[in-house]
Amino acid sequence: MNWMIIKRVLVGGGKNFARGGAVSVATVLIMTVTLAIIGSLIFLSALLTYTLATIKEKVDVSVYFVTTASEQEIFAVKDQLEKLPQVASISYTSAEDALTAFRQRHANDQLTLQALDELGENPLDASLEVQAKDPSQYESIVNFLQASPALSAGGASIIDRINYAQNKEVIDRLSLAIRATHDVGFAIIALFALASILIAFATIRLAIYTARDEIAVMRLVGASNAYIQGPFIVTGVITGIIAVALVLFLSWPATWYAGTKTVGWFGGFNLASYYAENFAFIFFTLMLSGIALGAAASVLAIRKYLKV
Amino acid sequence: MIYFDKVTKRYDGNGPALENITLSIAPKEFVSIVGHSGAGKTTLLKLLLAEERPSDGAVFFESINVNDLPSSALHHYRRKIGVVFQDFRLIPNKTAYENIAFAMEAAGRTDDEIASDVPYILELVNLADKASHFPDQLSGGEKQRIAIGRAIINQPELIVADEPTGNLDPINTYEVVEILKKINELGTTIIITTHNKGVVDAVGRRVVTIDRGKIVRDDATGKYVL
Repeated sequence: MNWMIIKRVLVGGGKNFARGGAVSVATVLIMTVTLAIIGSLIFLSALLTYTLATIKEKVDVSVYFVTTASEQEIFAVKDQLEKLPQVASISYTSAEDALTAFRQRHANDQLTLQALDELGENPLDASLEVQAKDPSQYESIVNFLQASPALSAGGASIIDRINYAQNKEVIDRLSLAIRATHDVGFAIIALFALASILIAFATIRLAIYTARDEIAVMRLVGASNAYIQGPFIVTGVITGIIAVALVLFLSWPATWYAGTKTVGWFGGFNLASYYAENFAFIFFTLMLSGIALGAAASVLAIRKYLKV
Repeated sequence: MIYFDKVTKRYDGNGPALENITLSIAPKEFVSIVGHSGAGKTTLLKLLLAEERPSDGAVFFESINVNDLPSSALHHYRRKIGVVFQDFRLIPNKTAYENIAFAMEAAGRTDDEIASDVPYILELVNLADKASHFPDQLSGGEKQRIAIGRAIINQPELIVADEPTGNLDPINTYEVVEILKKINELGTTIIITTHNKGVVDAVGRRVVTIDRGKIVRDDATGKYVL
């Protein structure tokens, strides 16, 4: 195909779109809805990934040591744990730090503070907070600690308790809830996306159906199939590009409004910030979807009218 | 130039639309094909344009067996033929100028050729002042003259006109017939189908009469007889 033909196809497609009037407007609007749904898939995916990561970060296993355990012994356990490939990070809380945090937490609870003062000594244990790379790996970390209990010089275990059992149920439930939300949310949005893609296809088919006699005439005056198809594909692509531009433009106020209303509810995830930070990715994903949708729908719709 | 060799065309569930048609048309002829509605005139033209395939027999254009042409080669074949329809069939979202230019574009002609030939043809069909009008801004006669302009722009060897005056008043009918006669005098073969006695008599050339799918008369300088 030489440049002259490409130019004619592009100009023809542009004129078809510009002269299409209400049909062009309707097709753009339907395509806009379709692409907005595809866009919401991107946002939903990001939100769920963020939530999952946040919850994963909050989950840890605390290993409490007996009050007689020395810092040296605790650091020896820490060194051993750090060698495990499943461990992402370990932080140490000394008995003094734990007491300070306890006092701050109960600053308004004089009764508890008085009881603590009467004890005369620090009843709190030093602890190690272990974070695994993945929630499913906590079990193996705990198993490691139970299989090789850290011993003090006197032969007794220096580990008082591991709070994994209490946390395990919460971790499992949260992971399950997030995965279920992820799967169900995606299934619903994917269903909407599929339905709207089919509607967009049907709209473009309808637009081309109105031109079926025109296509037959083009065949009879000697135009090749490619030359007839070309402008319709260009029109479909223009429709897709304008719809993408509309979605991208409308997403600014929409994400800003939704972001300010939901940032607390989503645990710090701000839709507007995500949109701004990932604009290039969203732009290319939607542009690719819009162009592919417009072109594919046009090719499929026009095919049956080319048999004259 | 054109030869229908024992052509029969049947549509599903019906009797033959055309039956055992043998017809030969020489270059530069002006042939009027007449008959009642449903006699088979349009089917005959559709077979020639390869819009339909015969059930039996063969249609030849020069040495080409039209039925053997693959779909991918049809557009090359159709560029040899200019077509005019009763209902004009102009492309509605293209101007008069663009409708005529489209046939040249489809044939791969250059922009310079289009820029020089289209205004000339618009002058020829006396519509130079309506070049930028869309079909719905033109009268029936004007639309048909644009359709004729589109048919002749690529200087085809043959023009096929299916009831070209069917939707026109007597004055426009006369104008269209005069244009077709002029084109024929310049050496282009013309086949028209019509049931307008005035058109056949005004042309005064060969008349082929079809009735119920069969050729019943073929007169060299015939008149309209049914």
